[in-house]
Amino acid sequence: MFDNFVIPDFLPAAPEIFLATMAMFILVVDLFVKDSRRTIVFVLTQLTLIACAAIQLYTSTGEITYTFSNMFVDDMMADLLKMFVYLTMIMVMFYSRAYLFERPNMNKGEFYVLALFATLGMLVMISANNFVTIYVGLELLSLSLYAMVAMNRDSLASTEAAMKYFVLGALASGMLLYGMSMIYGATGTLEITEIAESLYRGETNKTVLIFGLVFLVSGLAFKLGVVPFHMWIPDVYHGAPTPVTLLIGSAPKLAAFAIVMRLLVSGLITLSQDWQGMLIILSVLSMAIGNLAAIAQTNLKRMLAYSAISHMGFMLLGIVTGVVSGDARYALNAYSSAMFYVIAYVLMTMGAFGVILLMSRAGFEADQLDDYKGLNKRSPWFAFIMLMIMFSMAGVPFFIGFFAKFSVLQAVVAAGYLWLAIVAVLFSLIGAFYYLRVVKLMYFDAPEDETPISTGMDMRILISANGLAVAILGIFPQVIMSLCAYALLRSL
Amino acid sequence: MSNYPLLSLAIWTPIIAGFVVLLTGGDRNAPLARMLALLGAVAGFLVTIPLWTGFDVAQGGMQFVELQGWIPRFNINYHLGVDGISMLFVILNAFITIIVVAAGWEVIQNKVAQYMAAFLIMSGLMNGIFSSLDGILFYVFFEASLIPLYLIIGVWGGANRVYAAFKFFLYTLFGSLLFLVAQMYLFFQSNGSFSILEWHKLPIELGPQIWIFFAFLIAFAVKVPMWPVHTWLPDAHVEAPTGGSIVLAAIGLKLGAYGFLRFSLPIVPDAAHELSGLVIALSLIAVVYIGFVALVQADMKKLVAYSSIAHMGFVTLGFFMFSALAIEGALVQMISHGFVSGAMFFCIGVMYDRVHSRQIADYGGVVNTMPKFAALFMLFSMANAGLPATSGFVGEFMVILAAVKFNFWVAFLAATSLILGAAYSLWMYKRVIFGDVANAHVAELSDINAREFAILGVLALCTLWMGLYPQPFTEVMHASVTDLLRHVAISKIQ
Repeated sequence: MFDNFVIPDFLPAAPEIFLATMAMFILVVDLFVKDSRRTIVFVLTQLTLIACAAIQLYTSTGEITYTFSNMFVDDMMADLLKMFVYLTMIMVMFYSRAYLFERPNMNKGEFYVLALFATLGMLVMISANNFVTIYVGLELLSLSLYAMVAMNRDSLASTEAAMKYFVLGALASGMLLYGMSMIYGATGTLEITEIAESLYRGETNKTVLIFGLVFLVSGLAFKLGVVPFHMWIPDVYHGAPTPVTLLIGSAPKLAAFAIVMRLLVSGLITLSQDWQGMLIILSVLSMAIGNLAAIAQTNLKRMLAYSAISHMGFMLLGIVTGVVSGDARYALNAYSSAMFYVIAYVLMTMGAFGVILLMSRAGFEADQLDDYKGLNKRSPWFAFIMLMIMFSMAGVPFFIGFFAKFSVLQAVVAAGYLWLAIVAVLFSLIGAFYYLRVVKLMYFDAPEDETPISTGMDMRILISANGLAVAILGIFPQVIMSLCAYALLRSL
Repeated sequence: MSNYPLLSLAIWTPIIAGFVVLLTGGDRNAPLARMLALLGAVAGFLVTIPLWTGFDVAQGGMQFVELQGWIPRFNINYHLGVDGISMLFVILNAFITIIVVAAGWEVIQNKVAQYMAAFLIMSGLMNGIFSSLDGILFYVFFEASLIPLYLIIGVWGGANRVYAAFKFFLYTLFGSLLFLVAQMYLFFQSNGSFSILEWHKLPIELGPQIWIFFAFLIAFAVKVPMWPVHTWLPDAHVEAPTGGSIVLAAIGLKLGAYGFLRFSLPIVPDAAHELSGLVIALSLIAVVYIGFVALVQADMKKLVAYSSIAHMGFVTLGFFMFSALAIEGALVQMISHGFVSGAMFFCIGVMYDRVHSRQIADYGGVVNTMPKFAALFMLFSMANAGLPATSGFVGEFMVILAAVKFNFWVAFLAATSLILGAAYSLWMYKRVIFGDVANAHVAELSDINAREFAILGVLALCTLWMGLYPQPFTEVMHASVTDLLRHVAISKIQ
């Protein structure tokens, strides 16, 4: 009966297995922990994430390893992205701690457990080599996030955001599944590497494939949050409690980048002509709508939501320009620039939401733009950190955001899309306006609220480190740039 | 001497000093912040002196070169060097920084450390612009220097400061973004090099040259500023604190003009020849039309701002006549304008600090209460009008001479600047300084104190020195300008 059963190699998935075990363990532990001693759960969560990173480092071979009947792949790209996911999640947890402990109704064990399951979902997405694995990872992430958005049960905005997110998210998952099933119909396999081979041999029905591709790209676009599938982003960012917004806005972008790479680049590269056209439209629309709509916002979280849309649009440019009419000379350059962009963006967005969490206190969310008036008077140091993050997002040197934009733009120019580069820079000019406005509020205006910032020392140190990283990695971007290029070189 | 990384010192001394000044914190420590800032500015100036003394005037190429890998992934290097053109601006910039720190000594009482730090950091960044030989390094300094000035205008500026700060930032950013795209195009044309000196040798077809020329033109024309993209400058000048206006006029405007010499002329010489008519026309409009605009201003700062645009029109005019005399004249004009416009803005600041008005109509008869000030202000107004024996005359005269050879009508229109300049400068001077004491405010004025006298005195000496004996300046730039022209004369079309 078990003749064909081969015990799979568990080692490449060791961090995921450990994480799943620990998440369930923490869920049980939490049952026995009183509300006042939630710190135990917090510490366990952080230790789990740190241990995962250690296991990842220890088990990483640098080779491309398939396991679980080729459903799961571990390569350098996955290793690097996962390390950044752990790092991001550890930061997210630290940033959220004070906020949650000041609001006992939200500081439940579920927050930590769901965050761990969301992390697991991201890891699975990053390592997926099969449509089913991608879908499982994606749903694990999404379902955790739906619940987390609704954490603050008494808030009407949160509940509405969760509902919207759930309905639209389910629709997008449906589209993704529909697309996957069509591609399965055309190629007869769910495995990404086999799909690539079968397409390469060219014995497939193109019409079905293109139909499938359209649905697939729509589903991905929803998960990335690019126009015209962006409607959930502002409401969810705005409605969700800030720690959850921070979570949604940061690490999942890394996972989304990974599945775009796995699906479109590893799997459907033969169809690059077709999906590039779609991505260009998505990208230009995102930069346009994201940047223009951000100007009109009065809520900082909502403004950052539109900024996220425009940043994801910009990042897509790097993926578009990989293979141009069959010429793959610049592919590595383009994909690694997109990867660098995502990592830089996650770093910046964490800092921005970190400052919101730093400023907020019990009963005060600090999410209105006007709450930042005169921050320079109240706290010159944190105003300076926010200033660096804002200029970085606007793409002004010497900050990492400039080199992120720079590396994507050079890929666009290398691919010969000069017009696209010009469109992109013009929209980032429009984008500069609303980032500058935050700086204006902090530096040029007088404070309305003189309450000193009361958040603890750990938070202050981490935000400072985050802000300084934006500057220091902006002066020395080479390290991460070459890491990205190296990881992709070893994985593609 | 050139064993020391002098240019790195010139860039990083003020920047590090700026961060040290920031560490002094709130206004409790303002006296310490001022002392440290002055120390930093003087140290920043001292490290640039060996650039002048150790400079080999016979050599046209780059000197004091430093080359370090910075971002090997894109072949971006930390590549510094100065020639006879840029060296003078590094020194001018370091010198003006001292003036600016001194100018804000008593006037700025609010967030002193941040004010001083912003100027020091900006000074270092602008030295970076003048000494970068790598396109991206240049761009990085070019953009980063917007941040301090944005804050200076916005935090310490006048009533309408927010509008002016945004306009300044977005205008300049707009220009430089297209410049960035053009640089990337050149990067791929040159098989992966961001070295400006490599680009000087790169053959390019005329079509792309024209596009690149326009991308450069937009970036630098906004910065100069040339008509019709000059409108941010009067706003920025009027709203900026005195120190901000001085730096903007003395150094900020030179960045764009310098860009023409470092990028436009040598990288796309054929397009530059092809389109020189356009640039000359725009320059003449700046000289004549903006000269008339300056004449009717009621606000002194606005008047000097418009006169700056007119003077910079002379500079761009000089560049695009492609003769050594014209380019050297334009460069002399740039340095002279650094001293004179800096001094003009400082003079207006002196009056503003006492009366809190910049309107010409609020003054009159200032000479009765401030005789020492009136004498110095007279000198600078004359220099602004281009009176012989002041530095303002030398540059304009050289450019007009070259223009006569180039085309009579160009020379004729350019020469009207001498009349217009005299008209707006001296008429303003007459209305503000002479006549009866206009009102109670003027009657209560006290003459300039020792600090103000020292600043104006030093600037007056520089103005007269350049006016009477410009040779040391032209001597330094001559070899480099000749080199540049030889290079520009060779077509890059193959």
